[in-house]
Amino acid sequence: MTIHRRSALKGLAATGVGTAIFGAPGVLRGEVDPIRVGFLTVKTGPLASGGIQMEEGLTLYLKERNSTLSGRPVQVYIADTGGVPAITKSKAQELVERAKVHCFIGPLAAFEALAIDDYIRDTQTPTMSVAAAEDMTQRKPNPWFVRATSSSSQCASPMADYAAKELKYAHMATIADDIAYGHEMCAGFQQVFEDAGGRIVQKLWPPLNTPDYGAYVAQLKPDLDAIFLGFAGSNGFKFLKQYREYARKTPLLGGMTAIDESLLQQMGEDALGILSSCWYSADLDSPTNRKFVANMERVYKVDPGFYAAATYTNGAVLEAAVKAVGGRIEDKNAFMAALRTIKVPDTVRGPVSFDRYGNVVGNVYIRKVVRKGGKFVNAVVRTYPDVSQFWTYDPKAFLKNPVYSRDYPPARYLEQ
Amino acid sequence: MQFWLIQTLNSVAFGGLLFLLSSGFSLIFGLMRIPNLAHGAVFMLGAYFGATFIELGINFWIAALLSGLGVGVLGLLLERLILRRLAGNEQGQVLVTLGISFIVADVCLMVWTGDPIPLPAPAALRAPIFVAGFAFPTYRLAVLAVALVIAAGLYLLIERTRLGAMIRAGVDDMEMARGVGIPISKLYMLVFLLGTALAGIGGTLGGPILNADPGLDSQMLPLALVVVILGGIGSLVGALVGSLIVGFLYNFGTALVPDLAYFVLFFPMVLVLVLMPQGLFGRVPQ
Repeated sequence: MTIHRRSALKGLAATGVGTAIFGAPGVLRGEVDPIRVGFLTVKTGPLASGGIQMEEGLTLYLKERNSTLSGRPVQVYIADTGGVPAITKSKAQELVERAKVHCFIGPLAAFEALAIDDYIRDTQTPTMSVAAAEDMTQRKPNPWFVRATSSSSQCASPMADYAAKELKYAHMATIADDIAYGHEMCAGFQQVFEDAGGRIVQKLWPPLNTPDYGAYVAQLKPDLDAIFLGFAGSNGFKFLKQYREYARKTPLLGGMTAIDESLLQQMGEDALGILSSCWYSADLDSPTNRKFVANMERVYKVDPGFYAAATYTNGAVLEAAVKAVGGRIEDKNAFMAALRTIKVPDTVRGPVSFDRYGNVVGNVYIRKVVRKGGKFVNAVVRTYPDVSQFWTYDPKAFLKNPVYSRDYPPARYLEQ
Repeated sequence: MQFWLIQTLNSVAFGGLLFLLSSGFSLIFGLMRIPNLAHGAVFMLGAYFGATFIELGINFWIAALLSGLGVGVLGLLLERLILRRLAGNEQGQVLVTLGISFIVADVCLMVWTGDPIPLPAPAALRAPIFVAGFAFPTYRLAVLAVALVIAAGLYLLIERTRLGAMIRAGVDDMEMARGVGIPISKLYMLVFLLGTALAGIGGTLGGPILNADPGLDSQMLPLALVVVILGGIGSLVGALVGSLIVGFLYNFGTALVPDLAYFVLFFPMVLVLVLMPQGLFGRVPQ
C-alpha cells in the first residue's frame, strides 16, 4: 500500500524518449524545487482500463514538454486507488502529507471524488478531476475543485437537443448503469429532450456489474425511435455486442462514455453509424489534437478516448495556470484563482474556460461512427460551442431544482 | 407473448452457462467442504485463455477444451501445492482461495490489460435464428446444448462409474470413505482438476456473450454461490436445477421487478438457507 513514487524521469526512460527532468532549460540542477503533482488514478480492479489511459495521457503531455512547466520541472506521484473510495482517501493523504504535492490530478470516479471532497477543502489542495458528479460543481461546489471534462449531464443535453430537433425523434428510451453517473446523465437527457417536445417512455437501469444484458434487450419496447445509452467503462461495449446478437434495429444514441475511442476498434461493425456526444473526439481536426493522436498512436498504439484526453487536457489547464502565476504554484490562493479564471484557447478538446462553480464551459461534439482509412472513428457531425453544465437554463433557477437523479426530473410519459 | 418467449429462452440459455460455471464449484464444495472463492477468477481466466487461443488461430471448440485443460492444470497445482498444506484448516483454505482470486485478477490485468477482449462466436452460429417472428442469438442456444451434453456426461461419470462412486462416497462421508480405502487425496486432485477445467471451458464458451474483461470474476462468483446453495452442495442435479432457477430469476427478476432484481435473485437463497440448509437436492450430511 505504498505510493508508487515514480519520477517523470523513469517514465521517460521506460519509453526510451526524452531527457532528464532536472536538465530542463534555465533550471540549474537541484536548485529549483519541482512542481509536485499527485496523480490519483486506478491501475487495478475493474476501472483500471480508464485509469491506465489517464496515466498515458498525462505522461504524454509532460513528456512532450520535457517535464517542465513554466520553467519548473514537474514530478508526478502516481497513486493507484483501485477505484475504492476508502483507498482514494488514504492515498490522497499520503500524497499531501508525505509527498507534499501541490495539486491533484484525478481521481477517476465520482464516488472517489466525493470521498476526498472534505479532505481537499481542509488541506486546500487544488484538484483537477475527471469525475463527473454534478453537485461537486453545482449545489455543493468545492472551491478547490475544477473539472475540465464534463459534468454527468453536460454532454447528454446537446445529444438530447440534437435527437429532438435534428433527428426529430419523439419516443425514446434510456438505459444506463444504475449509479449516480448514469442517473444524472439520463436525467439531463430527459430534461432537455422533453423540453424540446420529446417523450422518454422507458427507463432501464441495469446494475453496474450486469454480466448479461440479454434480459434488458428483450425488454426494450419495439416501437421506439431510438435508445439513449448512458453506460460507463466497458459496459457500453458489452451492451452493444449483446444488442446486436438479438438483431435489434432501433437506432442507438451514446452518452459521453458509451462509444469510446479506446474500445471503438473492438466494437467495429457493431458500432457503425451510431451517434454519440462527447466533449472530445480523436477525429477532431485541430493541429493540437492531430499531434496528440499521432503521439498516442506512436507511443501507446491506441487511439485516445475520454480518459487519455481528459488528463491531457488537465495537463494543459495545469500548465496555463502555472504560467499565470509565474510558476509559483505554492501560492495556493493565487494558483486556484488562476485555475478558475484562465482561458486555455487551444486544448485537444478546443477552448476551455471555467464557470464560477469550477466546471468547464467548452465545446460538445455530436459524433458518428464511420469507417475512415481502414479504421473506425467518431467523426464530428455537429459542434455545440461553449456548452455550460446548465445547458441553456438559468443557473440560479437550475440550482433551485433537486440534483439530477433517478427520480428527478420525474418521468411523466413512462408506458407500461 | 413474444416477451415471455424471449425471456424464457434467455433464462434457459443463461442457465446453461451458469451450469458450466457452477457444476465444478459444486463438486469441489461438496467434496472438500470449502467454497472455492477463486472459482470466479478461474472462469475469467478460462475466458482469457480462450481469447488468446482463438487469436492464435485455433478453432473455437478446441480453444475451449485447451483452455479448460490449462485452467484445470492450474487448479490441480493450486490444490496440490497450497490447499493440501492447509488440510483440516477450512477457514484458512477459504481465505487462501479468496487471495488467489485477487492474484489471478491482477495477473490477468497485467497480461491482458484492462480492456475487454471480445471472443468471436464460431462463424456458423453468429447469425441469429428467427423463431415465431423474433430473433434469438443462435450461439446462446448452442451454449445451452453444450451445457446439457456436459451435464449428461457428468451424470454418467458420477452415477455410473467407479470413480463417481468414490466421489459420491467422499461427499457423503469423508472419514468412512477414507476408512474403506478410497484414496481421498487423489480424489481431491481429480475433482479440483475437473471442477476448474469445467469453469475454464465455461469461461471460453461464455466469452462470446460476456467478453473477457476484468470484473468478470466478481460478476460470476455470486451467481455460482446462489446456484449451489439453492441446488444443494455436491449435487449435480442440484447444480443443473439451480442454474435454471437462477437463470429464470435473473431474467424475469430484472424484467418484471427491476428495482428488486437482486432481491429476487438472492432472497430465495436466504430462504433456502433458513428453511432447508442442505438445498433442494443436497445430501443430508450423516
